[in-house]
Amino acid sequence: MILYWKIFLAFFIPGILGYGGGPASIPLVENEVVDRYEWMSTQEFSEVLALGNALPGPIATKMGGYIGYAQAGWIGALVGIFATVAPSLILMIILLKILMKYKDSDKVKRMTITVRPAIAVLLGVMAYQFFVSSYEGAGLLQTILLIAASFLFLERFRIHPAFVIAGALVYGGIFL
Amino acid sequence: MRNETEVVSTPKTVKKKTIHVALFLGFFRVGIFGYGGGPSSIPLVHKEVVEHYGWFTDDEFGDLLALGNTLPGPIATKLAGYIGYRVAGPFGMINAVLATILPSILAMIALLTTLSMYKDKAWVQGMTKAVVPVVGFMLAQLTWQFTKKSKAGMGWTQSIVIIVLSLVLMEFLNVHPGIIIGLLLLYAWFGTWGSSKKKQDEYVKASGES
Repeated sequence: MILYWKIFLAFFIPGILGYGGGPASIPLVENEVVDRYEWMSTQEFSEVLALGNALPGPIATKMGGYIGYAQAGWIGALVGIFATVAPSLILMIILLKILMKYKDSDKVKRMTITVRPAIAVLLGVMAYQFFVSSYEGAGLLQTILLIAASFLFLERFRIHPAFVIAGALVYGGIFL
Repeated sequence: MRNETEVVSTPKTVKKKTIHVALFLGFFRVGIFGYGGGPSSIPLVHKEVVEHYGWFTDDEFGDLLALGNTLPGPIATKLAGYIGYRVAGPFGMINAVLATILPSILAMIALLTTLSMYKDKAWVQGMTKAVVPVVGFMLAQLTWQFTKKSKAGMGWTQSIVIIVLSLVLMEFLNVHPGIIIGLLLLYAWFGTWGSSKKKQDEYVKASGES
């Protein structure tokens, strides 16, 4: 029981302190798992993280699920996932419920309009970071090639992103 | 896989069931094609929720993203959970969150408990590398869409001012995006631009009891 409580705390704290999505909370998870509870060494943690990054899907829940499982089996995995997901999700639902109630008011409309440029910047910065990390990982030529191919398939032929990503996975598995 | 799934896909389907199947499929695709953690799945969520199923408009999705970014915690599950909740209630919420996270968690546990050698294999690394620029391009597409929307909402001048300010604060002064969005929300809340007197009165009346 105490172990489950510890697992809950280890992922609850990064979940409510980690601003900027899952990847931003990883150092906080490491702090809990490696430094506070000493469930694994830094080396082990970075190995788990590396594998997690090679697999698709959100990273925070992968870490919560796996580390919870490694410490306390399937219930541990559930506790780890719940602690990662639930607090921020509940907060989100409550706040959006309030927002939606007044969504036709001028103030809320103005809020929607005012944050748009910031969202554009946020997404633009993320796009830039992905391009830079692609340049570092796969080189300039491959990066340009893959961006051009993405443009062609996504913008011109309107193919569903899932197929484009599947295509990129096959291409990367063979040529990179 | 089970018989139930076949029942669901027959023409006589109850609408509620179809929504749950759609929610599951949509977020399952998001979960297994989102390489690089939650934020990289944002364009995929947008594709499913706005373009494919039409559950939300671009504007609503922008609001979700803005609020999601000002709140702590993983973004992918916040989006999935809220969208699932709005589309099909609490069960929809659980459905969408599980569809997003379960495939990758199971794969992770299976790989780490059996063979963790794969992560060093050249083809696995190649696969991950090739997806990065594709996701980058999708994010660039969304960036452009939101820029156009800004212009539609407040004109070029004000959009560009806020874009440049946000960029400088975020990138060069390392201010957290959540703080910038929070400040913009306050600015919009206390500002009076873009609202006619009559509409403001209506709003005051509508929110009188709160």
